[in-house]
Amino acid sequence: MQRGHDQGIRLHLVRADTYPLRNLAKERYLIIIISTHGEGEPPDDARGLVEWLSGKRAPRLPNLHFAVLGLGDSSYPKFCAVGRRLDGCLEKQGATRLIDLGEADVAIEEVAKPWTEQVLGKVVEALPCVAPTLRLMPPRTPEPTPSWSRKQPFIASVLTNQRIVARDSEREIRHLELSLQGSGLHYHPGDALGVCPANPAALVEQWLGTLQLEGTQPVTFAKRTLSLREWLSYERDITKPYRSWIEAHAERGHHETLNQLLQADQQGAFADLLERDQPIDLLRRYPVEWSAEQLIATLRPLQPRMYSIASSQQEVGDEVHLTVAVVSYTRDGIPHWGAASSFLAAAREGAQVSVFIEPNERFRLPSDSARDVIMIGPGTGVAPFRGFLQERQHRGGSGRNWLVFGNHHFNRDFLYQSEWQAAIKSGVLQRIDLAFSRDTSARVHVQQRLLEQGRDLFTWLCAGAHLYVCGDAKHMAADVHQALIEIVANQGGQQPDEAQAWLTDLMRQGRYVRDVY
Amino acid sequence: MYGMCTDMTTNPSELEQIKLASQFLRGTIITSLADPLTGAVSDADAGLLKFHGGYLQDNRDLREERRQQKLEPAHAFMLRARLPGGVVTPVQWLEFDRLAREYADGSLRITSRQTLQWHGILKGQLKSTIAAIHHALATTIAACGDVVRTVVCTTNPIESATHGLVYEWAERLSKHLTPHTRAYHEIWLDGEKRVGEVESEPLYGANYLPRKFKIGLAIPPLNDIDVLSQDMGLIAIIECGRLAGFNVAIGGGMGVTQHDASTYPRLANVIGFVGVDEVLALAEVMVGVHRDWGERADRRHARLKYTIDRRGLQVFQDEVERRLGHALAPERPYYFERNSDRYGWIEGHEGFWHLTLSIESGRLADHEDGRILSGLRALARVHHGDFRLTCNQNVIVAKVAGKDRAGIDSIVRDYGLDGYRKQSGIRRHAMACVALPTCGLAMAESERYLPVLLSSLEQLLDRYGLIDTPILLRVSGCPNGCSRPYLAEIALVGRGPGRYDLRLGGDFQGQRLNRLYRQNIDEQAILDALEPLFARYVLVRGETEKFGDFLVHAGIIGLEPGPTTVQGSVV
Repeated sequence: MQRGHDQGIRLHLVRADTYPLRNLAKERYLIIIISTHGEGEPPDDARGLVEWLSGKRAPRLPNLHFAVLGLGDSSYPKFCAVGRRLDGCLEKQGATRLIDLGEADVAIEEVAKPWTEQVLGKVVEALPCVAPTLRLMPPRTPEPTPSWSRKQPFIASVLTNQRIVARDSEREIRHLELSLQGSGLHYHPGDALGVCPANPAALVEQWLGTLQLEGTQPVTFAKRTLSLREWLSYERDITKPYRSWIEAHAERGHHETLNQLLQADQQGAFADLLERDQPIDLLRRYPVEWSAEQLIATLRPLQPRMYSIASSQQEVGDEVHLTVAVVSYTRDGIPHWGAASSFLAAAREGAQVSVFIEPNERFRLPSDSARDVIMIGPGTGVAPFRGFLQERQHRGGSGRNWLVFGNHHFNRDFLYQSEWQAAIKSGVLQRIDLAFSRDTSARVHVQQRLLEQGRDLFTWLCAGAHLYVCGDAKHMAADVHQALIEIVANQGGQQPDEAQAWLTDLMRQGRYVRDVY
Repeated sequence: MYGMCTDMTTNPSELEQIKLASQFLRGTIITSLADPLTGAVSDADAGLLKFHGGYLQDNRDLREERRQQKLEPAHAFMLRARLPGGVVTPVQWLEFDRLAREYADGSLRITSRQTLQWHGILKGQLKSTIAAIHHALATTIAACGDVVRTVVCTTNPIESATHGLVYEWAERLSKHLTPHTRAYHEIWLDGEKRVGEVESEPLYGANYLPRKFKIGLAIPPLNDIDVLSQDMGLIAIIECGRLAGFNVAIGGGMGVTQHDASTYPRLANVIGFVGVDEVLALAEVMVGVHRDWGERADRRHARLKYTIDRRGLQVFQDEVERRLGHALAPERPYYFERNSDRYGWIEGHEGFWHLTLSIESGRLADHEDGRILSGLRALARVHHGDFRLTCNQNVIVAKVAGKDRAGIDSIVRDYGLDGYRKQSGIRRHAMACVALPTCGLAMAESERYLPVLLSSLEQLLDRYGLIDTPILLRVSGCPNGCSRPYLAEIALVGRGPGRYDLRLGGDFQGQRLNRLYRQNIDEQAILDALEPLFARYVLVRGETEKFGDFLVHAGIIGLEPGPTTVQGSVV
């Protein structure tokens, strides 16, 4: 946006679900930046746009010049699928491509920066009447942005780091409270906190040991010189496997099995590998020589991790609370860790953590406090709803609150149990439904509870309630969505596809929102 | 109410109202059981649940940790069986063992009133456990609460034929005095609600008793049940091999409230004799007077013993006799030899043998030193007689045919159940209440501390050559005295973490209360206080004088006058 303004171009930034689709036929220049999720799915707020543009109702667009920048993760088979799809649709409707589709990988800037320059250049070329001498539209004054950001995170100190599962829980989940004092940062419940982690020291040693490299060795990359250990600790992602590194690794060695897995017909097996293994496992299983320079050059930068914020500033003021599931397990007798979660788990009181706020404008409480709210948040997905309840308690209002929570064991990992009990007792929370999957052989999950309460759920929704889902993307979100379709179909006397449309419309209205990961 | 007591958060008269409003002990138990948000039940329902044999508890070791983890306390239930006379068949034993492993914490606990407890039962499994107990032809009803509790009976006397008779009376009394309410069936056994039928409790009334009522039957010369600690004790009088009737003793009770001198332990008064034909009638009368005269506003003074002292013994006896219809006959002679169990094999009646095993603190569990729970299970699989639990928290393998003895012995040896052969004189008779981590009233450790304490005491005793001398030691985690500490020769009564009152001077027959010797001291101070006493005891005692008697004779412990503190002849 800033680049565009600098060049005197009047740009309107709109979110896909707030854009009136009928205006598209009148547009002359359209830039679309869109991500792809899961199995080639668009983000929820763009579903409407994508379906409409791909469907029969898409208008002819002979006057439109467009460019699409897709965001994705090349480790997944349907890389930038949505971007490609839109690019193709627009072309099909007769629009003119300004520049080719851009496909940005996890390190977004690498592709996005040059692409942005290029597309803006084309726009300036194509708009002869927009000369730098023309009156510049003053840029809409943006909201006062804090000076902290992803590039310049705020250094917050840890106030509390408390385990919130019982001692006999097989997993470790922790509640962290960080101080934002002096930062001027503000957030809303539903927003995320970006955390810039350091990799676990033991893991860094495992890399150095397996590759037989010296940690003190200085390595220069992109004009920065750090020790190899520092690069691996702070600057490189060494816990999440991804395709391009695996390809590079395979190229260096000659491991048949690994090469096999990279073939196009092995997507399922490759997906399994991505889920199961960390890069360290591959280093061990397929030993290969890496020089320090090549390693640093090939590995991608350590990305910040996002955590749904578990508090409301109405309640906690200058603090921000998180609910963190610590990823750590033993495989083949060797301990494994997640980067950010073990970093946070080990953070003592007073430790410093680099953070920034990532607003999530769609995942907000309704501004009308008379609206009912239904929150589905199993596991750590319950985090933002803790903030929601805190906020609703302070705001008052007649809107009712309904929480659906699930986890493994009632006795061990009923996250924030004493707080929910207090909320029920005080009346802030009107309803709570629980599903503990490993307490009985029946393996109950949240979607079963939804189905059991289908009638009330539908009544609440018809009366204007907002529905929120937060948590695991892979299975839970889909299962919950299926349950919702079933509920709407049964209660509303509709066919499944009508129910699906009803829900999509709810999404479009912003009354069915998801924060899934 | 009880200082640090966390057992009841409602105040006393509130509990009376809860009972009255509960519709014969139903309350909102079913709703509480179904509440998925908590592993507990409501406070009111927790009070009512006791009448059903269940205690809401939580693991106190984890309380603070879980509070910080934003989790509620680790709630679980204790269930107590109602086992008149402590008799358990092998079939029942195997089922109780299975329930211990499947629903409870993997152990069984023999109580000081010869019944069994399960700890650690989750709310969602309470019903299954109670139903299973019911199907094993046992029950948990009225094992706790303001009712007549388990009726205890001396186990394994020498004349087994008469024992059988006395045991039958224990059973009969228990049945006769069990609450009538159908609540138990409705809640736990899927009993149908009987619409239109007016429910009543002819004996208990709608708000039951002011406090518990403990009945015990003793067969002289054995006083293993501590008959004088019961609200109503019945001392079997056997003449010419015939059970003539019982001496009646009333007003015993152990419980004391911390810092409240108006509460005290009391020995029952023997007030007369009743023939077998009037036992049930007398029991009804006694329970009736407790029901009508007992203090209902202040639970601390609600036990029968306080009613008797408040009204006066004679007034009380007059009322009993008035309701009975005649005066009680004069008491008949009896004497007690001991209140401890006799370990090892004893030949009984009809050629059967009985083996009394020593179970430390009555805890049947598997651990390094002995697989006690598994051992009993193995015995239950082969045993053709029955098991008798004792009021000293032990178990008797009863009615073993002579030819089966070797097999029993072999199992006992294999599983490490033969501790009775080699235990020291103080270890074999020691008793401890459960206390931590499950008892909500405990102020100090008891069961978990006993092994440590015994080791220290044994070292001390050994130094003075007293390692084999029988000494009666009882430890309680709080002044409520569930392990009957006020009758022991040496007693530790918990006051706070690691601190106890040291009481001395009880006897070996259960006929003399001990006295406070040192207040609120730690283990080292306890050992320091006892050592000089052991030193003197060794020098003076002769062959047979007991430690408690020695303390009294030597003037170290002053006797308080009166039948409510000392009875029988001081040897």
